[in-house]
Formats: sequence, C-alpha cells, structure tokens
Amino acid sequence: MLNEQQIRADFPILSRTVHGKPLVYLDSAATSQKPRQVIEAIVDYYRVHNANVHRGIHALGDEATELFEQARATVAKFINARDPREVVFVRNTTEAINLVARAYGGRVLGPGDEVWTSAVEHHSNLVPWQRIAAERGATTRYFPMDDEQSLPESALEMLTNRAKIVALVHVSNAFGTIHPVERAIAAAHAVGAVVLLDAAQSVPHMPVDVQALDCDFLAFSGHKMCGPMGIGVLWGRLELLEAMDPFLGGGSMIQEVFYDHATWAEPPHKFEAGTPNVADAVGLAAAVRYLESLGMANIRAHERDLVAYGLRALGELPGVRVYGPADPDRHGGVLSFTVEGIHPHDLGTILDQEGIAIRSGQHCCHPAMRALGISGTARASVYLYSLRQELDQLVAGIARAREVFDLA
Amino acid sequence: MLDELYREIILDHYRNPRNRGELADADTKVRGNNPICGDEVTLYLKIADGKIDAARSTGNGCSISQASTSMMTQAIVGRSLDDALALIGEVEGMMRGGGVPEGPDLDDLAALEGVRKFPSRVKCALLPWETLKQSIQEYRGT
Repeated sequence: MLNEQQIRADFPILSRTVHGKPLVYLDSAATSQKPRQVIEAIVDYYRVHNANVHRGIHALGDEATELFEQARATVAKFINARDPREVVFVRNTTEAINLVARAYGGRVLGPGDEVWTSAVEHHSNLVPWQRIAAERGATTRYFPMDDEQSLPESALEMLTNRAKIVALVHVSNAFGTIHPVERAIAAAHAVGAVVLLDAAQSVPHMPVDVQALDCDFLAFSGHKMCGPMGIGVLWGRLELLEAMDPFLGGGSMIQEVFYDHATWAEPPHKFEAGTPNVADAVGLAAAVRYLESLGMANIRAHERDLVAYGLRALGELPGVRVYGPADPDRHGGVLSFTVEGIHPHDLGTILDQEGIAIRSGQHCCHPAMRALGISGTARASVYLYSLRQELDQLVAGIARAREVFDLA
Repeated sequence: MLDELYREIILDHYRNPRNRGELADADTKVRGNNPICGDEVTLYLKIADGKIDAARSTGNGCSISQASTSMMTQAIVGRSLDDALALIGEVEGMMRGGGVPEGPDLDDLAALEGVRKFPSRVKCALLPWETLKQSIQEYRGT
C-alpha cells in the first residue's frame, strides 16, 4: 500500500490550483509530475557538482563523471540489466527507437526482410521503422489488434523467418492495454528476429526485468517516471550494441580520429556523441531511487486499484465507451474513452475548467484511431500520486460536460 | 467562461451543420486536418468569375472546428475570392484579439470570438479558414 498523503506532499505542483480549482492531474501518460527529491537532485547537481564528464582533470569533472556513471548503474539495476554498459542515455523513447532503427536496422535489413510492429503503436514506434525499411528495401508489417485493442496470440503465427525485427509497445499509451509481450518475444526469437520493446508506459508503472522478459532492446523516457524531460534510456544486449554501427558522430563516441577515418568507442559511449545530459541523468537516478523506495509492485497495485475503480465508474455512465481490456490485470494506468455526442477535445476543455487535466485526441496513434473509425478519445491517466477521489471528480466533470451539450 | 466558448449558436451549428456534404461538380476539393486532435475538414467550392457560388463540407471533429466550418460555408457564398481572403484575415485577427468581422451574413461568426480565451482551441476554429485559404491558392495555381 502506498501512503497517499505522504506521496502527494512530495509533489509540489499537486497543491496548485487551475482556474480557481484544485489541480486534478490525470495526464501522467503524457508526462509525470516530479517529486521534490528529483527537483532537488537536479538543482544540487548544478549548484555543487557541474562540470563536463569524461574530460576534465579536476575535482568537479571527476564528481560529475562519477554521478553520471552512478546514474547509469542505478538505471541498469532498476531494470535488472546484466551490465551498466548496456544502458545508453538518450533524449527520450523516440530517440532510442530511432537509434536502433538506424544503427541496428540499417545494418541488418535488406530487400525482402520484414519489420513487424502492431496496429496500436505510437508514431515513435512506426515512423522510424517505415523510414529505415523504405531505405533498405524492407517492408513494415503490422499485427492486428483484437476487440480490446490487445495483441491476439494468434497474430504471432504471421511471423516467418523474413522477420528481422519485431518492435512492440509493452503498455499502450492510447488504450492502456498491457500486451502479452512475453509470448511475442518467444515467437520472434523462434524465427530469428530481435525484439525491441517500447516501454515508455511500462517501466514507470510496473516491475520490468529485461532478463526475465528476454527482449533484446528496451526503450523508455525519464520524464514519464518522475524524472526530468530530456533524458531517456535505450537498453540493449551488450553483444548487439557491440556489433552495431554508431548513431550520431562526434566527440565522446570515438576511440581515435584521423583526418580520413575514425574508430569507435565501446558501448555505451559509442552511442553518446557530444556532451551528454548529465544533470537530467542525475535527476533520473533520483527518480529511480524514489520509485524504488515505494516499490514498483506497490505502484502497480495502486494503479491497478485505480484502473479497476475507473473502469467500473466510467462503464456505468450513459454514452461512455471505454477502450482497452476490461480486465484490470491486463490494463495499465490509462483510461481511454469516448462520450457519445461530445468530442474528446470539447470534453478536455470543459474538464480543464474544473481543474481536471486529461489528454484528448489521437495520442500519436493515427493508424489505430483510423482503424477504429474514431477521430480520437479522451484519455485520463493515473500514477502513483493519483487518488480514487480524482476519478470521482472526472466522473462529475463528464456529467457537467453532458449538461453543457444538453445531453443530461 | 465556458458559456463564452459554447454559445448556443455554436452548438446549433455543431448539431445542425449547414451546407454539409460533398459537392459533385466542385472546382476545388481540399482536406485540412489538425494532427494533434484529429479534427478534419474537407471543403468543396464552386467558383465562377472569381466568385464563390457554392461551398459545402464534410469531415468530423470538435464542436468548434465543425461549427466554424458550418458558419464559414454560409459566410463565403457570393463573395469574391479577394473578399473571402480578406474575411480569413478578419477571422484570424479576431482570434488574436482584434474586432469581430462585420457585414451581411456575418452575424453568426461573431460567436467564435469567445474561442480566443481558450488558446488550445484557436486552431480548431481556424482549421476551416486555413483550408479555405489553401483552396483559393490551389484554384489560382499559386
């Protein structure tokens, strides 16, 4: 059990008001709020330790390097990586996927090869693959979704040995579905494909163990897990990272440079060209420590309770359709729904006037929305600091919106 | 504040859109969309002697984008392309805090004034007008 009051006191922003009403923040799938422990770690870094890393022969340079590499080790342990060298710091999930598409896909894909994703991917796990596949003469293919916007096991039979990469979302940002990725990973490995998991919505919310999952690459963003914006993580198996080409060229990623060629540093530095985002890596490590202090299993249990409560409450409202699995065990902290007669965008504006922040629209999933024949959904997403009472306020806000549109 | 956004006239245009549907012999057909929220409008224009003879639309989206589209199709019929471009400028100006467009058939448009207090919704109101601008540019081959 999480201590709700103590947790909420850690997040300064949660005590502010919006349009004269207490903030009800139900948009954590877009970005999470930050506890003071994280904010203070970033401020402390700049006030006390700041210097460039892996360079200066001076005390501050040593401290900054130590903090940066400690942050890497903290993240590696958090996802149970075998080795901190498997953790590459990037800007965000999108950059991590682009890195793999370019540096791995660009090397292994050829004419006739296939990259598989699903019909419910975020654009960040579609567009990089479309681009690299087009460049290499490969094709992108899509697993269909079932009636609960989940990946059906039967779809995995579509994989053949033409599949070289399977890139799947772990928890859907648009519908909250927790996909059965373990079975997909086994099926992909059976045909010799490597698997990248888009874990942007799973790592912040539940225990994720890369060794237990047996995936090959895992991508996530710091800002969705109480960390700062501008820092993200690519985890990859060391042997894959070692065999890959670099991503960006420049300082830090090289071993030796000549006028006509250069040799590469070892992972992870091979993929970290230029001055890295040290302060936010330090902030991310503080976020990981914060999450670990609460326990990822406890966080998931808290969100599961909220989702079960929310699914029930929304399901009882007239004209409301909720997407994603009805079973809260297979449903992450995202409640995606439509209200008949009210466009999600209008609902978002009306809720905002009540101090309630949700997201409305297509959630960077145009193909999935088109397949469902809808122009978007309203999305309320919860996190470790969310309360049942806030979902009650959401329900009351929907009733208010129905009044505005003369539906009540 | 919500009353300023969801005026009765806007909700009326949303529920009972005017000039709805395709236009078989249209001179221009242009689709505009808003990638963030999914609003979309397809605008059909019949143009003769530099004047808009007919305007119809299809599409879907929020009340503001669809009401704005409905109002626009009413306001532009009978106007020259230059007049229509000037009106686009006036509507954009209204969203930036300028005055309300005045003239025959423009009464309903004034109801969109309240949208400017909701910055995230201004692009919804302007979507059909952007699409109109594109249609005129396309027709003129520029």
